[in-house]
Amino acid sequence: MAYSTKVIDHYENPRNVGSMPKDDPNVGTGLVGAPECGDVMKLQVKVNPETGVIDDAKFKTFGCGSAIASSSLATEWLKGRTVDQAMAIKNTDIVAELSLPPVKIHCSVLAEDAIKAAIADYKKKQSATSASAAKEVQPTA
Amino acid sequence: MAIKLPIYMDYHATTPVDPRVVEAMLPYFTTRFGNAASRNHPFGWEAEEAVEKARKQVADLIGANPKEIVITSGATESDNLAIKGVAEMYREKGNHIITAVTEHKAIIDTCKRLEKDGYRVTYLAVQKDGRISLDELKAAISDQTILITIMAANNEIGVIQPIAEIGAIAKEKGILFHTDAVQMVGKLPFNVNDLKVDMASISAHKMYGPKGVGALYVRRRNPRVLLSPIIDGGGHERGMRSGTLNVPGIVGFGKAAEICRQDMATESERLRKLRDYLNEKLHNQLDELYINGSMEHRLPHNLNISFAYVEGESLLMGINDVAVSSGSACTSASLEPSYVLKALGAGDDLAHSSIRFGLGRWSTKEEVDYVADKLTAVVTKLRDMSPLYELAREGVDLSTMVWQTEGH
Repeated sequence: MAYSTKVIDHYENPRNVGSMPKDDPNVGTGLVGAPECGDVMKLQVKVNPETGVIDDAKFKTFGCGSAIASSSLATEWLKGRTVDQAMAIKNTDIVAELSLPPVKIHCSVLAEDAIKAAIADYKKKQSATSASAAKEVQPTA
Repeated sequence: MAIKLPIYMDYHATTPVDPRVVEAMLPYFTTRFGNAASRNHPFGWEAEEAVEKARKQVADLIGANPKEIVITSGATESDNLAIKGVAEMYREKGNHIITAVTEHKAIIDTCKRLEKDGYRVTYLAVQKDGRISLDELKAAISDQTILITIMAANNEIGVIQPIAEIGAIAKEKGILFHTDAVQMVGKLPFNVNDLKVDMASISAHKMYGPKGVGALYVRRRNPRVLLSPIIDGGGHERGMRSGTLNVPGIVGFGKAAEICRQDMATESERLRKLRDYLNEKLHNQLDELYINGSMEHRLPHNLNISFAYVEGESLLMGINDVAVSSGSACTSASLEPSYVLKALGAGDDLAHSSIRFGLGRWSTKEEVDYVADKLTAVVTKLRDMSPLYELAREGVDLSTMVWQTEGH
């Protein structure tokens, strides 16, 4: 199978490989896919709580070259976007950018799922911390 | 010695034609171009003589009589002829066929077609080491069983089945025994009488001969095997396979068989050492490697390893100047990992992480060193970016994790 030059570039020079602390309240983690299916993506975003802008994004992926490229590209796109803008990234954008063939479309779907899962995790943490912060505030009031 | 890239290490898929084979074939394209079935002029006689010489060379490689060699277009046709030919010829006797889940698609899909025509097929499971259980085979036999077809050595994991034992069981029960011997013939001793094989499929291009030619060994005595042809026509090959003979191809097949017979002992020993060296080197440089299938009952030139936490296609991408193959789903359009590896019960994730190495006549130690070092670097890099490797290092048991897979 022939890969597009962009897929090869992301595979050979993956952007933003790594991990951030899962317990950090400003970090959202998405882990999607399954080993039996041949693809697992972990995608993390670090959000500035003041501005809602994603300061940093990291990924780790078990999967084919297209899966690695899709998640690498996703981290590139996420940095500097607000959480709402990030939610607007569609798998079809990834397919177009990387020129993925039909059999690799599932890789882009997985990357979109990973973005959504990471942001959902971040939002869950935020509502939990604001709820506990609210609780802590009450007794003194 | 400088090595030439890309490196070919996929000798189970096909082999280059030996230059000695090419040399033997060449006159039969141009000056000796006759039709072997032309009985009334020297062009035909010359071609027929060449075919008969080649038939003997092939027969000698497997301890058969030349009259028992039916030339075909390759092993897929041989498998089809054996199974469909027996099924039709012995329909009155019974309608049951026994095979195994790890067989080549030429066997599995032929059996599936027969199932649609009212035949019953038992697909034996394999044990963890890739071999069938003889007890399960015995238990599967009924008075309707007309054929047992079990491959000699597997094309993915190189595991050798207990052919002599299966042959003895089949003989005792009076059931015909066919084996797809493509990967084994020419590489290890294979004698149809010692193994009690009634039919065997062979392919020229897996043993340094040309593509497009193969043979089906069909026993003529004790018992005399009868086959209904699947190709009708001029009645070539004792009526079992009509069609003008591919004379240059057959000459090459014969020469390839002769070379294999002469060099088998030294070649297989050399490749076994090289294979063991590759295996050892990889194990010294990397952890969490899993060998797929029995190491004891295995072709000397085969190695099939799963590199845990790394997906096969991404691995192949990283070693793109090395030709090997993977059991990963992503290398096929079906998105299903290798059914052979799945049958071993190791888990789909390890099937996705597998690489098949096939060494051959021109493999060198320098090539093995290059491949092992390059693989080590790529596996290390990919594990560094593998969430599974990270989780495993954190002590998470991946088999008990709940994965989010909706939509896939």
